[in-house]
Amino acid sequence: MLVVRNLHAKVGNRQILNGIDLTVNAGEVHAIMGPNGSGKSTLAGVLAGRDEFVVTAGSVTFKGQDLLALEPEERAREGLFLAFQYPVEIPGVNNAYLLKAALNEVRKHRGEPVLDAIDFLTLARERMKLLGIDDSLMDRPVNAGFSGGEKKRNEIFQMAVLEPSLAILDETDSGLDIDALKTVAAGVNAMRSPDRAMVVVTHYQRLLNYIVPDFVHVLSDGRIVKSGGKELALELEEKGYGWIESAPAAASSEAPPQTVESV
Amino acid sequence: MTQVATSPHSYAAQFARFTQQTTLPDALASLRDDAFSCFDRLGFPTTRLEEWRFTNVAPIAETPFVAPPTGIDYTRADLDALHLTRLGGPELVFVNGTFAPALSTTDGVPAGVRIRSLATVLAHEDAAAVAVHLGRLARIESHAFTALNTAFLCDGAVVEVASGVVVDTPIHLLFVTRSGAEPVLSQPRVLVVAGANSQVRVVESHAGDGETPYLNNTVTEISVGDYAVVDYYTLVREAAAGFRIGSLHAALGRSSNFSSHIITLGGAIVRNEARLVFAGEGGECTLNGLYLAKERQLVDNQTTIDHAQPHCDSHELYKGILGGRSRAVFNGKIIVRLDAQKTNAKQSNKTLLLSEDAQITTKPQLEIFANDVKCTHGATVGQLDQDALFYLRSRGLSRDQARQLLTHAFASDLLGHIKVEAIRTQLDALLLEWLPVGG
Repeated sequence: MLVVRNLHAKVGNRQILNGIDLTVNAGEVHAIMGPNGSGKSTLAGVLAGRDEFVVTAGSVTFKGQDLLALEPEERAREGLFLAFQYPVEIPGVNNAYLLKAALNEVRKHRGEPVLDAIDFLTLARERMKLLGIDDSLMDRPVNAGFSGGEKKRNEIFQMAVLEPSLAILDETDSGLDIDALKTVAAGVNAMRSPDRAMVVVTHYQRLLNYIVPDFVHVLSDGRIVKSGGKELALELEEKGYGWIESAPAAASSEAPPQTVESV
Repeated sequence: MTQVATSPHSYAAQFARFTQQTTLPDALASLRDDAFSCFDRLGFPTTRLEEWRFTNVAPIAETPFVAPPTGIDYTRADLDALHLTRLGGPELVFVNGTFAPALSTTDGVPAGVRIRSLATVLAHEDAAAVAVHLGRLARIESHAFTALNTAFLCDGAVVEVASGVVVDTPIHLLFVTRSGAEPVLSQPRVLVVAGANSQVRVVESHAGDGETPYLNNTVTEISVGDYAVVDYYTLVREAAAGFRIGSLHAALGRSSNFSSHIITLGGAIVRNEARLVFAGEGGECTLNGLYLAKERQLVDNQTTIDHAQPHCDSHELYKGILGGRSRAVFNGKIIVRLDAQKTNAKQSNKTLLLSEDAQITTKPQLEIFANDVKCTHGATVGQLDQDALFYLRSRGLSRDQARQLLTHAFASDLLGHIKVEAIRTQLDALLLEWLPVGG
């Protein structure tokens, strides 16, 4: 589904990603961990198409297409979804209106008929129920005045409506209390499916108690320095990042065996 | 040649002809003569005048406008082609400033309300009673366009609401302008007299068509009686070649409530003036405006709120969205007189610039003579939030869709204040389609 090769990127004059290699197949959940400043959010931003990140080398293929050649909206319509670390407050834009417009763009792209207001609401209510989200969220302006937990829940709700094939969750756990974290994790788990992949970016291992990953990658200084199974996350929790940062970059050769890419 | 045709003297010839053709009650005849003298003395304003510093009306001064020819063929289909909001209630239509009975309807006018054309009123025996209100608020001495309108006073709309009467349906006054071979000067006059404790909602729509320039020079005077509630809307959708100079004057009686919404969507040069005076204690006013301009349009909003009495509240919010090489001017004057204690005045002007070449000149002007008052003002100028744009695009919306949505969002609080649903709905749609694609 997603193949990242030797990805280098910078913001302004600052080189942040220094050669990322990552392959994510359908059905897999990958966790990307790392200390602050290691490039986790930059990787998420590059994949979603943020234009302040400039790719200086490498390639990204998504469902067989050159992802980097696509506009952010084309990536979204192709099935890529980024749950923002800091969801943007947009006063004056109704949450339901945005979501209906977004869903219909995705559906048009897939060659499916657009949904009218009633069908959309039926679908949205069903997803809210699935996620245990209060439906008053729908009638409010996008994220405006939302609490931190509401913002993150809203991201997961959008994901549940748009049904992406690849979801990237950028520090969705940060700033959440344990109850909100459980709600968000339950939502994410409800969305797990054999034809959907997820990349969970997180600083702490805690979220991974609830969203159990198939693979864990450790990012340091813009490179994946270590990859392993879910037990790697626990090791990091125990020992901190210090031992990884001092480890040689060659540790990335311990990457798990990758299956043949499925599109 | 041009010089001769455009000097006030050419209007002098027109004025001489006009006074021969129309007869007015004595009081108005002298007002008309005085008005022309004022115009003749003042001439069209230039940018040397502080109030016109950023609005160059040379294109208006240099165009040899003529009085509209009578009997112009304007049909229902022409009117429909303008796609103006229809409100389903009483509707008076004016073509080039002249009442068009065939296009108008006064069905459903409730008891206690009179809606007439000014020409009808002037020919009526109660002309003198109405005449006392004309020129009372709109002063001719210092304003050339008001003087010009007053000099050629002959038609327009007169709305009278008797004391205690509550009017449910909005009253629609529709002014359409269309030049023939020569650029026309349409000069309608509007007078609204709301009696004590009455309630009324009035919508003025201004629109035009054709490629030839025209000038729609309108003066509106509103008398808001004690305890009356008047909700007023001015929708400006002039043709791309059309000019509009409009002034709205309102005097608010004791504990009355007046709100004005001036919405500008089209016209080459549009100047909207709103001048409100609290004539009694305890009044409240809302003065809102929304201006959209693109290409090379110029929109100028000038507002004055005169807190002449104590215990009055004013809320003012003007918002603009500018694209292309358009320019806008906002000047908001608030005067708090010595005796106007416990005044509460709030003013805000916010402009969204969609292009590098768009320009806004904004100037709050507070003159406070009382000492126990609350006055706040603020002006902001900004661009679309790049983070919000990316957020929307990351959900699948195109760049243009995202820009439209954010632009609409910028204006949404103003739209929320519009109490006539048909107008709000149409503006919602117009805003989305108005946005210049890619700029």
